[in-house]
Amino acid sequence: MSLSIIKPGLLDTLQDHGRYDYSHWGINPGGAMDAYAAQVANRLVGNNDNESVIEIHFPAPQILFNQNALIAITGADFSPLLNEQALSLWQPNVVRKNTVLQFPKLKYGAMCYLAVHGGFCIDKWLNSYSTNLKASAGGFFGRQLKKGDELFFKENSIYFAGLLKDEDTLESLPWRADVRKVYEHPHEISIIKGNEWERLTGKSQYDFIENNFIVHPSSDRMGYQLRGIPLKCDNNSDMVSSGVNFGTIQLLPDGQLIVLMADHQTTGGYPRIGHVISAHLPKFAQLRPSDSVHFKLTDLALAEALLISQQNDLHILERACHDHLNVIVC
Amino acid sequence: MDLPYKIFPLGDAAACIDLGNRIDAGLNRKVIAMNNWLRRNPFEGLKDTVIAYSSLSIYYDPINLRNKNKSVSTAFEFVRQNLETAYQESVAIEENNNDIIRIPVCYSNDFGIDMEFLVKEKNISREEIIHLHTSKIYRVYMIGFLPGFSYLGQIDEKLMMPRKLKPVPVAAGNVGIAGSQTGIYPLDTPGGWQIIGRTPLKLFEANAACPVVLGIGNQVQFYEISKEEFEKINLT
Repeated sequence: MSLSIIKPGLLDTLQDHGRYDYSHWGINPGGAMDAYAAQVANRLVGNNDNESVIEIHFPAPQILFNQNALIAITGADFSPLLNEQALSLWQPNVVRKNTVLQFPKLKYGAMCYLAVHGGFCIDKWLNSYSTNLKASAGGFFGRQLKKGDELFFKENSIYFAGLLKDEDTLESLPWRADVRKVYEHPHEISIIKGNEWERLTGKSQYDFIENNFIVHPSSDRMGYQLRGIPLKCDNNSDMVSSGVNFGTIQLLPDGQLIVLMADHQTTGGYPRIGHVISAHLPKFAQLRPSDSVHFKLTDLALAEALLISQQNDLHILERACHDHLNVIVC
Repeated sequence: MDLPYKIFPLGDAAACIDLGNRIDAGLNRKVIAMNNWLRRNPFEGLKDTVIAYSSLSIYYDPINLRNKNKSVSTAFEFVRQNLETAYQESVAIEENNNDIIRIPVCYSNDFGIDMEFLVKEKNISREEIIHLHTSKIYRVYMIGFLPGFSYLGQIDEKLMMPRKLKPVPVAAGNVGIAGSQTGIYPLDTPGGWQIIGRTPLKLFEANAACPVVLGIGNQVQFYEISKEEFEKINLT
């Protein structure tokens, strides 16, 4: 009941929804960059949304299944192949023992998620499965996955293995998550104003809204660096360090922007000119270096309403997956 | 009327109350008091809090919050009222200063890679730098940047130095200064503070019951050790 890493990818880590309530020790939440895709992956294979999933960046790993398994891959499209057969995203698939999963070609997005039925058998650190690379703790021994690592499953997929026909390596279950709403208009990102928005000059406020910004290659799980027209503040008085959040847009001294991502620090001392709304973090996280982004101002009430509607869709998906899978098991 | 605080959103799932954007023990005590009040009176959806010099940030799940409080216009509005109550109800208390945590530091040039630069830039002797750095008792104002990285203040004005323009690799245990602050790097990391020495103590251990040695509000004083003493402590 396991899978093995035959060839590691650029950055494969175990993640869940994050590690909360340890900020007083300087320990940041971390967690999946695209929390929506991670949740959908878990739901499709019948897991609770707090099971760990593998977050895969490109170049992606090669993975050997040592046992029949019910899996789902969501998020970025790296053209997943099981042996020679294409494997569909956002859909549960039963895969046969001794098959190899690989991701030969980047089509869209920055990270995908692999969930297995039952979840992975790893220990929690401070109440979360997420890998904290800085602290070398959590996830799989506090580090990214390496060649030869074997990850055990908590449950076997014996009920689902019966669906594999004859010599087939793969059986796609006939339902999938419709996530178009979450990822449509990938370059249009809504934000609400940050506390230091008023520090920007009038011209810079205008420039920020009217111009596109480009994601820089130095972007990572800590933050997405943006390049574009330099912005200026009227008020350059010092700020003492204060709380920041996933999605906080900070203005750096050189006039460029950084958007804090899942592995951001708990505090920061740069002007917070805006915050990406939670409902748009999944599609923002899926932007790649040299992708452009255009920010749009919105208000809190709308941001909350969008998030609630996204969460409602997830509940509907959860119930539907549960019912579908139950039919197979019973 | 001017309020002594400002409450603002940090996105749609967090809010911050700022008491004045400055390093001040009184404000920091009030932040700690508000945090303690919220911990005793948590609302549905509260996930985490971040104590900083003069501000408290609250991280919440807007969906849980609104499921429990159907009548609120926005989750932020609910949190804003909660923070106002926390401000009014909480009482800042002075810490018991009898317990001073003493941290050994070796100020040898082998560790204090920016010591020579400081001597030149500030035109004071290294003995004076060590004396100034070790004679004050510092307060842990906040923990952030890295797991277990505590911001200590405030250092003698004669020692104040801006941080480096570009971060450089820094080893765990290195003691640095930046602005009016001093701090100890708990892990190997890129960092921009001026490094004047290193402690052999481990300030962060992920698997310890309490992974950090220093807590917010603690009193800290450094004392000088030789390289031999450093090696001795390092081995134990």
